Amino acid sequence: MTAGSSSDRIVRVASGQGFWGDWLDAPRRQVEGGPVDYLMLDYLAEVTMSILQKQKERDPAMGYARDFIGAMESVLPAVKDRGVKVIANAGGVNPVSCANAVLDMARAKGAQGALKIGVVSGDDLLPRLDELIASGQPLANMETGEPLSMVRDRVLSANAYIGSVPIVEALRKGANVVITGRSTDTALTMAPLRHEFGWAADDWDRLAAGIIAGHIIECGAQCSGGNCLYDWRSIPDLANVGYPIVEGRADGTFVVTKHPHTGGRINVPSITEQLVYEMGDPHSYITPDVVADFTSIHLEQAGENRVRVFGIQGRPATDKLKVSIAYRSGFKAVGTLVYAWPDALDKAKLADQVLRERLDNMGLQFDELLTEFVGVSSTHGPLAEMSGEAQEVQLRVGVRSPDRRSVERFTRELAPLVLNGPPSVTGFAGGRPKVEEIVAYWPALVDKTAVTTKVEVLS
Amino acid sequence: MTMFQKDKLRHVRLVDIAHARSGDKGDTANVGVIALKPHWYPLLRDQLTLARVRQHFQGVITGDVERYELPNLNALNFLLHGALGGGGTLSLKTDAQGKVFSTAMLRMVLEVPENMAQALDLPAAPTA
Repeated sequence: MTAGSSSDRIVRVASGQGFWGDWLDAPRRQVEGGPVDYLMLDYLAEVTMSILQKQKERDPAMGYARDFIGAMESVLPAVKDRGVKVIANAGGVNPVSCANAVLDMARAKGAQGALKIGVVSGDDLLPRLDELIASGQPLANMETGEPLSMVRDRVLSANAYIGSVPIVEALRKGANVVITGRSTDTALTMAPLRHEFGWAADDWDRLAAGIIAGHIIECGAQCSGGNCLYDWRSIPDLANVGYPIVEGRADGTFVVTKHPHTGGRINVPSITEQLVYEMGDPHSYITPDVVADFTSIHLEQAGENRVRVFGIQGRPATDKLKVSIAYRSGFKAVGTLVYAWPDALDKAKLADQVLRERLDNMGLQFDELLTEFVGVSSTHGPLAEMSGEAQEVQLRVGVRSPDRRSVERFTRELAPLVLNGPPSVTGFAGGRPKVEEIVAYWPALVDKTAVTTKVEVLS
Repeated sequence: MTMFQKDKLRHVRLVDIAHARSGDKGDTANVGVIALKPHWYPLLRDQLTLARVRQHFQGVITGDVERYELPNLNALNFLLHGALGGGGTLSLKTDAQGKVFSTAMLRMVLEVPENMAQALDLPAAPTA
């Protein structure tokens, strides 16, 4: 490692949102709690795109994560006055509308001149699906191998996961806010590091380091004390939990930390728990930019609430991009009732038996009918041990069917059990269960050459 | 005090020597198991075999198990296929995203030779 000011330079990327629905206060706390250069906001889970697509069908100006407008409003002073840059995949299926909504908000605050918004598009493959299939891209399901033609007429959305390249381009063009559609979660962190340090497209180890930095902070506080099993009782002040910040260096090493005077905890165990979260084959964490090797990661405690990460290795990226496709796949409903002591479990079991007999008598058909006894075995099934008698049991019954009417009929069968089934039952105040249309997920691959991203800068 | 016995086996609860986190990918749950102390990792590596984990989740999952070692993190990663009732939005399960397969894994009880348990300073399982 060479000494000198350039290699000592630190770029701080702060995570302010781990999913759409995460803590509304977190983005503002991240820009106000101490120095940060970039605020990274991850809004997209696998099925989020299909929800956004449905919203766009109802209103062509919608289809993006609307929470982002409020988040931008809360961090606007930091962006305007302190040069903090924001990178978010809040654009969903309509990144341009998302950018316009942010500009409208800034205009209302008299700060329109302060924003240069880079909009990344090109990930939306829905208008091109038939063209892609015709050109020899089967978009086969990565889990089952089935060709997309099996569900083609039920597809709601199709988006390629795009990497760091267009985000870096937007930053190079001077954007201080970058809005993407279905960008990978990890690219939102890696791109600013790559941009700041000028990492080359084949600098595999450093690109992999940026991806792993992204993996660690993409779920927000899940690496800084949230959902942390290790010594969980002693984790301080979760009410005031500090979201994570990556302090990146040019050589690809980085420290994960959080602002002073915040709660939670960052230590080797908390970072390790997040590293193994949603992990597949650790040797090959495949992204559009690089294949990262999780077996090369080294962690060391480097002070209180500071973990240093080093030694990361990467390999060349593949010639494919992952595609997230969502399609309509029938209907489901889940209903619950609560049975009280004594013999709570026996009562719940009898209620389940009565319910099933009635559904049978009506000749209703379901692809699946699942009964769980919450408080006994709903999470660990046959592995659960009962010591002593359950004080109360929630009967939880779910059904799934391609036929909406069967599912609707099922939702009418729970409430009657309160008066015409086993005794000591309550907990029905929520009313009849809701019928939900299922939007299922179809993961596929597409040739990289078939996807072209576009960057525009709006101001 | 029990007498030191070389061939005696001590029952050690996994929950007392490891922590874990789990997540989902489609109908597969992944469980990362991490040694609470680095010097307990070799014990996890040797005891948490594919066969042992398959047996543990018999009747809980419908598919096979994959196993990966991460000695750099003192961790093992298991992929449990067919764990989530179809996975994602298709699943009717309370734990459709496999969030608490982590602690289901930690229900395992290991049998460790008493001399090794003493050398590694393993906690004893509470007696029932």
